Amino acid sequence: MNVLLPSTAEDLWRILGDNPDALLCAGGTDLLVKVRAGMIRPVSLVCLERLDDFRGIRDEGDTFSIGACTPHTEIVTSSAIDAFLQVLKKAVHVLGSPPIRNMATLGGNICTASPAGDTLPALYALDAELELWSRSHVRRLPIDQFITGPGKTTLRKGEVLAAVRVRKPAGKFIHHFEKVGQRQAMSISIANLAALVKVDQTDTIENISLAWGSVGPTIVRSREVETALKGTKLSVEGLKQVFPLIDRALSPISDVRASSTYRRRVSANLLLRLAVHEGCRT
Amino acid sequence: MISLTFVLNGKITTIETPPDRRVIDLLREDFGLTAAKEGCGTGECGACTILVDGESRLSCLMLAAQLEGRSVTTVEGLEEGTNRVGRIQAAFIRHGAVQCGFCTPGMVLAVSDLLDREPKPDRERIREGISGNLCRCTGYQKIVDAVEAVISETRGKGQNT
Ligand SMILES: Cc1cc2nc3c(=O)[nH]c(=O)nc-3n(C[C@H](O)[C@H](O)[C@H](O)COP(=O)(O)OP(=O)(O)OC[C@H]3O[C@@H](n4cnc5c(N)ncnc54)[C@H](O)[C@@H]3O)c2cc1C
Ligand code: FES
Ligand code: FES
Repeated sequence: MNVLLPSTAEDLWRILGDNPDALLCAGGTDLLVKVRAGMIRPVSLVCLERLDDFRGIRDEGDTFSIGACTPHTEIVTSSAIDAFLQVLKKAVHVLGSPPIRNMATLGGNICTASPAGDTLPALYALDAELELWSRSHVRRLPIDQFITGPGKTTLRKGEVLAAVRVRKPAGKFIHHFEKVGQRQAMSISIANLAALVKVDQTDTIENISLAWGSVGPTIVRSREVETALKGTKLSVEGLKQVFPLIDRALSPISDVRASSTYRRRVSANLLLRLAVHEGCRT
Repeated sequence: MISLTFVLNGKITTIETPPDRRVIDLLREDFGLTAAKEGCGTGECGACTILVDGESRLSCLMLAAQLEGRSVTTVEGLEEGTNRVGRIQAAFIRHGAVQCGFCTPGMVLAVSDLLDREPKPDRERIREGISGNLCRCTGYQKIVDAVEAVISETRGKGQNT
């Protein structure tokens, strides 16, 4: 296996042009595990780790542009992310372990497109937009149009995920992320929930976005549930009212980690945590 | 084959190697540095932890070509009791944080990365910092004790390096 390490975008496009069958490698924490297991046998790997154009967090006023090759550790320690995108910070904080977070990248988590990918619910709840570059073209599309199924994306040949664009939530939101796994550290999500909620002085929900992971072929964002909750009080009773709608929105599978019945129950119950959230009076 | 040049435990080193050789194999088999261990080969156990440019990384999930121009530290690079890694090692010995020792080299380097980022972590944060390094022997308690000892010694001497 040939291993190529372009250090400029120009190098990258030349290498991709010369090696059309090469696979991209960012942190390698998904890819090299698959290579090791013999699931894939690439002829060459193009490592993205030395491309500064694809890395780092840029504050563009009302939007953040996060380079796809930004390692998770950089996201978790960024003061800008801490100030504006707590929901993403919380998700990244429980992804893998310190060495995994030092190596693995945000773009890798997106392109792996696992239903259990921990940053995905946060990015769906934030309505993240992805920026894809090829040699002669740039396109942007919402994350839910990029990920189409487990491990499936609409990434085209010769294209690279360059950046993730996220608008700063306007006003004061509750940023919530919770993951249920088999142990506290380093476990794959059995179910997870990312939520952004805005309430008024009387705890009435003005705005809410909810995204569940690991309970369907891709992340589940239910507009029906969100609409039903808008204008209601943020309380355990109020949230329980939408349980039947949640049940309909989810399509979990049973696997070695949990049964589909457990996933359904825990996913609905994860929502109740919002009612006791810090900054929310009862 | 590629000609790979990088800094290994402080010394500039050049070696001919296949570019896709795993770093763990390069270190153990080509350089005879056997501190980094292969526990799982899939990123789960942390026994293969090394420092690359001072950050903890898993040598089972890195390929030789990725080391070009980087600086690699393994536990063999410590200076007994003097530099940070050496002081961590000494505290592990004093506190009985080593039993079979399989996890120890990786654990020591994970602690080094943690203390670089956060000089005074509490027990909870220490546990988080070593959460990628599995130990089947100690129950972690003595490891956390050893790390706390390193922190209070460092504070006592007023030094961070
Ligand atoms: C021990 C262990 C624990 C883990 N724990 C978790 C966890 O708790 N939660 C979780 O969500 N994940 C976890 N993972 C999975 C993995 O670490 C994450 O998905 C990580 O974010 C992948 O990023 P990477 O940079 O390593 O991706 P890579 O392995 O480099 O790439 C993954 C895929 O994305 C493609 N790709 C990468 N970057 C780009 C790009 N910029 N443009 C186009 N394609 C690209 C690659 O070609 C490849 O197909 C874990 C993995 C391990 C080994
Ligand atoms: S051998 Fe690398 S993490 Fe287990
Ligand atoms: S001392 Fe045996 S695995 Fe940690």
